[in-house]
Amino acid sequence: MKTGAKILIEGLQREGVETIFGYPGGVVLPIYDELYNSSLRHILVRHEQAAAHAADGFARASGRVGVCLATSGPGACNLVTGIATAYMDSIPIVALTGQVPTNLLGNDAFQESDITGITMPITKHNYLVKRTEDLGHVVREAFFIARTGRPGPVLIDLPKDVSTKEVEFEYPESETVTLRGYQPTYRGHSRQIDRALEMLIEAERPLLYVGGGVISSDASPELLRFAEALMIPVTTTLMGLGAIPCDHPLNLGMLGMHGTRYANYAVTESDLLIAIGVRFDDRVTGKLDTFAAQARIIHIDIDPAEIGKNKRVDVPIVGDAKSVLAEMLSRIQKKKDYERWLARIRAWKEKYPMRYPKDGALRPQFVIEELSSLLKGEGIIVSEVGQNQMWTAQYYCFRKPRTWITSGGLGTMGYGFPAAMGVHFARPDQVVFDIAGDGSFQMNIQELGTVAHNRIPVKVAILNNRFLGMVRQWQELFYDRRYSFTELPPVDFVKIANAYGIDGMRVEDPSDVRTALTAAIETEGPFILDFRIEREENVFPMVPAGAAINEMIGGNCE
Amino acid sequence: MKPHTLSVLVENRPGVLSRVTGLFSRRGFNIESLAVGVCEEPGMSRITIVCIGDDAQIEQVMKQLNKLIDVIKVSDLTENDRVERELALIKVNAEPGSSRAEIMQLASIFRAQIIDVGSRSLVLSVAGDTKKIDALEKLLRQYGVKELVRTGTIAILRGSKTVRSSR
Repeated sequence: MKTGAKILIEGLQREGVETIFGYPGGVVLPIYDELYNSSLRHILVRHEQAAAHAADGFARASGRVGVCLATSGPGACNLVTGIATAYMDSIPIVALTGQVPTNLLGNDAFQESDITGITMPITKHNYLVKRTEDLGHVVREAFFIARTGRPGPVLIDLPKDVSTKEVEFEYPESETVTLRGYQPTYRGHSRQIDRALEMLIEAERPLLYVGGGVISSDASPELLRFAEALMIPVTTTLMGLGAIPCDHPLNLGMLGMHGTRYANYAVTESDLLIAIGVRFDDRVTGKLDTFAAQARIIHIDIDPAEIGKNKRVDVPIVGDAKSVLAEMLSRIQKKKDYERWLARIRAWKEKYPMRYPKDGALRPQFVIEELSSLLKGEGIIVSEVGQNQMWTAQYYCFRKPRTWITSGGLGTMGYGFPAAMGVHFARPDQVVFDIAGDGSFQMNIQELGTVAHNRIPVKVAILNNRFLGMVRQWQELFYDRRYSFTELPPVDFVKIANAYGIDGMRVEDPSDVRTALTAAIETEGPFILDFRIEREENVFPMVPAGAAINEMIGGNCE
Repeated sequence: MKPHTLSVLVENRPGVLSRVTGLFSRRGFNIESLAVGVCEEPGMSRITIVCIGDDAQIEQVMKQLNKLIDVIKVSDLTENDRVERELALIKVNAEPGSSRAEIMQLASIFRAQIIDVGSRSLVLSVAGDTKKIDALEKLLRQYGVKELVRTGTIAILRGSKTVRSSR
């Protein structure tokens, strides 16, 4: 006989879980009591939101399922932003929540909230377990659903009496879970694949438009081989950065609202767009009618609902990016010469490079370039959301998949710092940097406690402009510089770090940037860098909301 | 934009209906009518949904429904030869005298049954497609409809073709 709590912990171990992020509370006492003797490593966060983000960061960096645990009511509700973040970016996490005992369900009991109801639109699936006998299967299914198909978060809600009741139990051994309502398609339709290859021969100006799906299916090697075999240029979304090395001759960098000019021009002039693991998000497409208006579109995605959702597609291929790309590679018979197109792209690259003023002021782009050149593609970069995120996407040279961890779809400020903690546990061998703004960092600054407590060697580079910079930028450009509630008072982040026993350094001069970054990298534990950057620096180039993506403002073409 | 009749086979589990209807509301799809009940396959229920949209919207509805783990199969019956029925219970004013006879005559023309007779009202039960029920309701309005209760539309394919799980 085993209690539900024991069944849960054993289930997690059977699923290969080593680390979970959580926060205790009343109804999860039986689970925490079981954890006390268990070999699972539990990281006590300072706010449940951080547990969800840490599980998410762990998942993104490792490709495995991240796990977080919270109590009922407020604990569960505090996970919501983290779960929604994971949902929007298709990240596999399992969120475990305590719940009031089954006999009190629906009674407005102390710390009761309907968390399965609340998370229905932001989970891939969720469970309210009412019988201890079902728990083993539920855990098995939850991990299976989270990591297969289009990955995503799954929540398991556990009433207290389900955790304490003892039942006979054996963990379901079978490797495959069968669910009659869930059968993802991994292999692309062969006729559609042939049709796609024919289109490549017909095309003059093909372009690969690659997103997070390529990262999550670990399809970078296949993507590179495919692009190189046919000599097709590649642009990536924010989520796809790292799928192709930044300095690869076929790479055009990021497209979209803050993409490179050459990537956006290439999309606009392309006659064949091969979209892989992307969802034609509004931040990418700008005005939808003008996005790739001259192009036929091949769309490869594991989620059929993404195909044709925003843009009409000529060749839909439902399948896993890795398997479809491998299949396409094996079927290539003819190759076409796209040299004229490549030459045109090279000319754009030369004419419109990414550029920012070099005038002695401390600029965020310089900080990121310096970090990039110091780490040389090693290390894992996490970001917060806003200007810090866009500058990092533009100026950091990502060379490998899963080395860029950011909240894309939901755009969650406060994501980066706790996610970086999760990244460390996924890749303890790597230097982990959170590139932050002073606004975002203060959204989960309490995690300095977690980092100090566990000596998690996360480095934070705060690009401190004392503004909510991205909103301020929009106010400058579109609201007549009326800086409504976007200015923040100065904060001494080094002192705050010191109060937690964490070292830090303030940097005000560009000539100190390299020394400071080196000091952070060489420090064994966590380290906080407070870069006092140019206050009203903007992210350029930029596509104004609702404009076509080739109508960019600012940056490098004055 | 036209009405589509979707037949959705789901796991018979708590919360399934709210997953389905929640999906419609949050993705901005409108439900015209909805009917749910157990079906011939053990452990499953069948939901019949009538919703209005253009082809792209309906395709998106079906794809999103298919993504729900508890949804086993989604079929659009609209282009198929099918029979549709809904049931209505109508309580209509019927003072003793001439109107009562007229209402009973109407009921017989529409093959409605009178299932309750009160001193000043009648309750009619009528089954048929949406148009037929609309027509009867309109005719009864002149006497004063006190209460109208309608089920959602249910539908089934004609002939031996079926909408079942393939597994």
